[in-house]
Amino acid sequence: MSEWLEICRLEDIPRLGSRVVERADGNIAVFRTQDDRVFALDDRCPHKGGPLSQGIVFDHKVACPLHDWVIDLEKGEAVPPDEGCTHSYPVRVEGGVVYLSLARASAAA
Amino acid sequence: MAKERLVLIGNGMAGVRTLEELLKLDPERYEITVFGAEPHPNYNRIMLSPVLAGEKTIDDIILNDRAWYESNGITLHTGNPVVGIDRRRRVVRADSGLEAPYDRLLLATGSLPFIIPVPGSNLDGVLGFRDIADVEAMLEAARQYRKAVVIGGGLLGLEAANGLMKQGMDVTVVHLLDTLMEKQLDPPAAALLKQSLEERGLKFHMPAQTTEIRGDGRVEAVAFADGSELEADLVVMAVGIRPNIDLAQRAGIYCERGVVVSDTLQTYDPRIYAVGECVQHRGKTYGLVAPLFEQAKVCANHLAGLGYARYEGSVTSTKLKVTGIDLFSAGRFNEQEGDETLVLQDPARGVYKKLVVRDDRIEGAVLYGDTMDGSWYFQLMRDRADISDFRPTILFGQHDVGDAGHGDEKTRVMALPDDAEICGCNGVCKGEIVEAIVTKGLFTLEEVRAHTKASSSCGSCTGLVEALLASTVGEGYEASPKKKPLCGCTDHTHDEVRRAIVEHELKSIPEVMRFMEWKTPDGCNKCRPALNFYLVVAWPGEYSDDYRSRFINERVHANIQKDGTYSVVPRIFGGETSPAQLRALAEIAEKWEVPTVKVTGGQRIDLLGVRKEQLPGIWGDLARAGFVSGHAYGKAIRTVKTCVGSEWCRFGTQDSTTMGIKIEQMTWGSWMPHKVKMAVSGCPRNCAEATIKDLGVVAVDSGWEIHVGGNGGIKVRVTDFLVKVETMDEVLEYTAAFLQLYREEAHYLERTAPWVERVGLHYIKERIVDDADNRKRLAQRFLESQRYAQTDPWKERAEGADRHEFEPLRLVRGVA
Repeated sequence: MSEWLEICRLEDIPRLGSRVVERADGNIAVFRTQDDRVFALDDRCPHKGGPLSQGIVFDHKVACPLHDWVIDLEKGEAVPPDEGCTHSYPVRVEGGVVYLSLARASAAA
Repeated sequence: MAKERLVLIGNGMAGVRTLEELLKLDPERYEITVFGAEPHPNYNRIMLSPVLAGEKTIDDIILNDRAWYESNGITLHTGNPVVGIDRRRRVVRADSGLEAPYDRLLLATGSLPFIIPVPGSNLDGVLGFRDIADVEAMLEAARQYRKAVVIGGGLLGLEAANGLMKQGMDVTVVHLLDTLMEKQLDPPAAALLKQSLEERGLKFHMPAQTTEIRGDGRVEAVAFADGSELEADLVVMAVGIRPNIDLAQRAGIYCERGVVVSDTLQTYDPRIYAVGECVQHRGKTYGLVAPLFEQAKVCANHLAGLGYARYEGSVTSTKLKVTGIDLFSAGRFNEQEGDETLVLQDPARGVYKKLVVRDDRIEGAVLYGDTMDGSWYFQLMRDRADISDFRPTILFGQHDVGDAGHGDEKTRVMALPDDAEICGCNGVCKGEIVEAIVTKGLFTLEEVRAHTKASSSCGSCTGLVEALLASTVGEGYEASPKKKPLCGCTDHTHDEVRRAIVEHELKSIPEVMRFMEWKTPDGCNKCRPALNFYLVVAWPGEYSDDYRSRFINERVHANIQKDGTYSVVPRIFGGETSPAQLRALAEIAEKWEVPTVKVTGGQRIDLLGVRKEQLPGIWGDLARAGFVSGHAYGKAIRTVKTCVGSEWCRFGTQDSTTMGIKIEQMTWGSWMPHKVKMAVSGCPRNCAEATIKDLGVVAVDSGWEIHVGGNGGIKVRVTDFLVKVETMDEVLEYTAAFLQLYREEAHYLERTAPWVERVGLHYIKERIVDDADNRKRLAQRFLESQRYAQTDPWKERAEGADRHEFEPLRLVRGVA
């Protein structure tokens, strides 16, 4: 499962914004930060399952729209003092195209 | 390049707090060395009293252990006082002979107990009350001896006396005057305090002037000017402190009573800063913790090279840390000519409250027995707030001023069991909060919110959490910071930011952040929505809304529900509908298979459970049927609720439905600091519940009454009566003016109720009722901004705006 899947062009995701990749076993939220990095997380807040894709993006973080947990986009971890983690996916941007891998990111990644 | 070297002399609360503030701002700038005279790491000196009373241990009051210094790369020398500063070579020399060079030097040498120069004051068993060594000596004495005399009936003396008594000693307090704590209390409160301490077993000898301490090697007795004498095995001198300026004086740094500093905490030597009790600022010295912390913040700002903070002096308040005695004092509490005094006295309950007032502003306060409202009075005093609106009930406390039902809880919070729920939104109990405060060393409301979530949602339990914080950490907690930053990204307040936007014509979020020196690259989810709103208000028609800085509900113009679906509430002006409208709604609900259809409290119809990708389609259908967005999702004008009024009702005095529709047509689409709900009732029976709305209009036979600042939610607040007018046009003008004043001056996310309480109804009347020109200008600005606001966001999106928000992406097999 290390195949890279094309999802969109970089400009399809607004800066400090996000898009949702629909999937039968749970949606994936794809974020673009101010510095044009792209991150992908399960679209579920570790708190109560809120759709992270709908949150406000700032720095390399997103604030969940339901109860304001802040999730680190790089690791998928809640910013302390909250505790919890959502699954993150490897992303590559090449030639303005965003690719996503559904491989389970290893713990070391 | 080598780092600059910062040397701190004095390992106490003020100096180390400055380092903490500095590390927050710029952790890499300095190589830091700290010299402390005491052998301990930094501890909470104000908690020495509870240690003496056996309520806490030394370990409990350590603020930063040695590991903290290590992990921050700070070199710590304890038990090694600095004995000389060579300002020419920029080197300090310690007692051990060790020398440390500096680029910047921070003096935080604190204060020394004042020892009265009477014969015998150097005998064994005569102590000050200043540091851990003093406390240890007192505890040791309490084990061996029985009789103690405490000289000084001030704050420190009484705490020492109480502690020694708790340790089993027979304690007499000697005081020069016949009023205890005369710097903090007026005679009636002092008498209550004395009585209560006597009931606990303390003895008093006052007024009495100490002339000699007698003994052979060790103290045996204390003699007084009137010829009397008291037996004593231990004498504690607590008559006052003096700034410890010996070192600074020897180094030739300009001192008066203390080391003289400027508003940037700089001494006359620009490389040398000073903070804390050793400092004299604008002629004043301070011996309480809150001013030291304020100084620390400003000093750190300059050490970090930011250079914009200024210390302008502190207004202080005092609480006595004797368990079971509630006492609060602030400001100028002994009345002078021209002052008025408000007093509440209830001897049976042991309650005494006095406020000194001048020109409807609080100058000082003394509270005894019931101090729950101390922080409120203190805030009013520091804000120089006009109290005329609630002066008749001010002595009964804040809960009597639009806070009904909450005051009782507040006074009971101390007595609550640990499993009592404090925060109903997040399910946080008292025990959890107290434990987090103690184990995590929390000092501020924000820290408690971050760690426990208590009071972080609706905020109605904020007072309870603050009370817990105050009672748990004592005086170190600053109840009401003078200046509350907008969020963690900046040191500026809401008001400062708003002012800068207008004065410096800042017209985008990045411009504001650059100009106001934001500490984060693109803000956070707290400040960006606030800035976006402030820009919308300041530059109507010019500023283009940054939808990425809006909460999801306002970004997609629908209300997110717990399962991630949305609710759709079309606007029904004034709550008056028609068969055609209802038929259209019914058909749309069926076509889109809307799971739930519900009538709302604001006389609207709510379509619940709509999936995000359905939104543009359903909006298109609604727009074609003549509906616009109801803004039920936004910090915006929500609804104008009406009763049927004189058109049908046999009691109706005016046509309230038409009035409501007119108001809603004028105001819909306008963004607000928070949601705004309005209502119009056709007679004083008030079936539209107008007196718990942000703005309520109640018809009477001769015209219309306008009421403002009500709230039917978390904290029920009845509106304040603003004005009575005769015509519909006047109602519209006042409404527009009130809303615009609220838009221009309230803080983002501040409802009208707390806003009215903060600025005072008096102020609002001045701006809107008394000043007709200003009212017209405000109304004009409101109508002008409405020219750009009244476009239906639903129709725009149904026609394709922000399409990316509503269309999911699909996975495509890649080639990479």
